Amino acid sequence: MDNESQYSGYSYKSSHSRNSRKHRDRRDRHRSKSRDGSSRGDKSVTIHAPGEPLLDTESTRGDDRDDNWGETTTVQTGTSEHSVSNEDLTRVSKELEESSPLECRRFLGPGLGAVLGLFALVTPLAFLALPQLLWREALEPCGTPCEGLYVSLAFKLLVLLISTWALFLRPPRATLPRFYVFRCLLLALVFLFVASYWLFYGVRVLEPRERDYRGIVGYAASLVDALLFIQYLALVLLEVRHLQPAFCLKVVRTTDGASRFYNVGHLSIQRAAVWVLDQYYSDFPVYNPALLNLPKSILSKKSSGFKVYTLGEENNTNNSTGQSRAMIAAAARRRDNSHNEYYYEEAEMERRVRKRKARLLVAVEEAFTHIKRLQDDEPAASSPKHPREVMDPREAAQAIFAPMARAMQKYLRTTRQQPYHSMESIINHLQFCITHNMTPKAFLERYLSPGPTLQYQRENTMGRQWTLVSEEPVTSALSKGLVFSLRRLDFSLVVTVTPLPFLHLGEEFIDPKSHKFVMRLQSETSV
Amino acid sequence: MSFIPGQPVTAVVQRIEIRKLQHGEHLILGFSIGGGIDQDPGQNPFSEDKSDKGIYVTRVTPGGPAEVAGLMMGDKVMQVNGWDMTMVTHDQARKRLTKKDEDIVRLLVTRKSLEQAVRHSMM
Repeated sequence: MDNESQYSGYSYKSSHSRNSRKHRDRRDRHRSKSRDGSSRGDKSVTIHAPGEPLLDTESTRGDDRDDNWGETTTVQTGTSEHSVSNEDLTRVSKELEESSPLECRRFLGPGLGAVLGLFALVTPLAFLALPQLLWREALEPCGTPCEGLYVSLAFKLLVLLISTWALFLRPPRATLPRFYVFRCLLLALVFLFVASYWLFYGVRVLEPRERDYRGIVGYAASLVDALLFIQYLALVLLEVRHLQPAFCLKVVRTTDGASRFYNVGHLSIQRAAVWVLDQYYSDFPVYNPALLNLPKSILSKKSSGFKVYTLGEENNTNNSTGQSRAMIAAAARRRDNSHNEYYYEEAEMERRVRKRKARLLVAVEEAFTHIKRLQDDEPAASSPKHPREVMDPREAAQAIFAPMARAMQKYLRTTRQQPYHSMESIINHLQFCITHNMTPKAFLERYLSPGPTLQYQRENTMGRQWTLVSEEPVTSALSKGLVFSLRRLDFSLVVTVTPLPFLHLGEEFIDPKSHKFVMRLQSETSV
Repeated sequence: MSFIPGQPVTAVVQRIEIRKLQHGEHLILGFSIGGGIDQDPGQNPFSEDKSDKGIYVTRVTPGGPAEVAGLMMGDKVMQVNGWDMTMVTHDQARKRLTKKDEDIVRLLVTRKSLEQAVRHSMM
């Protein structure tokens, strides 16, 4: 047995690790347009070497399951450059996913902010405490103005503490590819302020052992005021500036053309990308790769053209161009009826979907009539002849699932939604609906129309990976005519920025008494 | 019979002379008119252009002087005894037609078949 000869066509597969082959299969599957996978050579082989199977368990034929829902890596190795090797990078990072320093990256920013914030908050207290500790006897006593300053200092420090936590310390929900410019700017500003205050303090107070305590307290109070103003600036830059709408973003999904328009304020590209993705998960219908392509039967009719035979071997290149030109001309002259077939196929498909939907509705309605909620005041057993067993929602759901299972299965298969709903999930949903007294229609709304992407997410704490592709640097602000795209493995969202128009609003006063009406005349007079 | 605002209206007209008939104590002509610049032109069933506010003949009494003189339903009245009827109110038109001291009324009326007849005869 010669192992090499059996694997001769698959040397590219056998030289890589199992993980990469899995990912390559994933990519290949989503790239191929045909559903039966006949374009891929590995499906047609029947020889199996002993031991390792050719197809691993994930790449099943004709399964349109979208594996992207299980992505677990969050390390952003892609930068703003759009490069071919990005795919390899993501593949490599997926292999290292267990060892990636995820936690560090996510909490680095807040950590830095915490350190600086603590330093800034402790500083005024230090300013007040140091003279007391070092040269207490020499200080002049300070009366009521100091007490007032103490109280206001305490209150302002409390406010600073809370707002620092709110603005800088909460962990962000997204990891951005580049630094968050405003935040860095503000942290730098705070550091600069505090450092310069310490400098002056050291030179003017510590060295000559200043005795005017009221002046020192006033100095500390001015630092706290300056910090408060920086907080105010931070509030405006980070939280408020982007609320007032200034741009309209058009988001289009490349695979099926689903599009939405959103109004945003002044943001940088990366922040706008995060915002768009937040809206994407709740607004866009879920991406279903099975619904994309025209059936092959319609498109392939065109390819059956003329068979062109070459007699003789001279001038091969000349013949090929002549062939292709002849074929193109012939194809153009022939009447193209594929649109007809597409129309009829679509009508047929719609009819089929409607029929299955009707059957499903009837089955579900009937199933729901089998159970009813037990009222508290009813006795549990109505009569000794028909003892009704009392069920909890889970058992009730399982009991009525059986009659509707077949109709549901057929409907999901026709609308190609069956990868998204397993039997377990349907029974869970049924149990949920029964518990909340929903009607059959409310139970079915989840299956009759494709919901937003968020509805289909599995519980996953690792996060989703998106790549931001843009020609401008991603920390630059949004401007008119900017285009950037957010890429996932098999589809991407293209975002176009247009500014909102400037509005000239005029005023017109209408006197309520000026609303008067007459009948339209149409008289006929005989003369 | 459509008109361009500001341009003179040209039409092929027929001259119809109606002699008023004494009916009780009124002199009648035997037809009814509709239209006028104060009326709603959209409801005129006889006009081609629904913004035409001219005076149209809406009914002709059978056997009356108007029918005898050759007036037909749907005719547009252009002039009455030399007075223009294309830009008058309904009431002004009625007054021009029912003057008590005139017993003969000379109308200039136009209808679509007149224009077609002229065109055919020219060909």
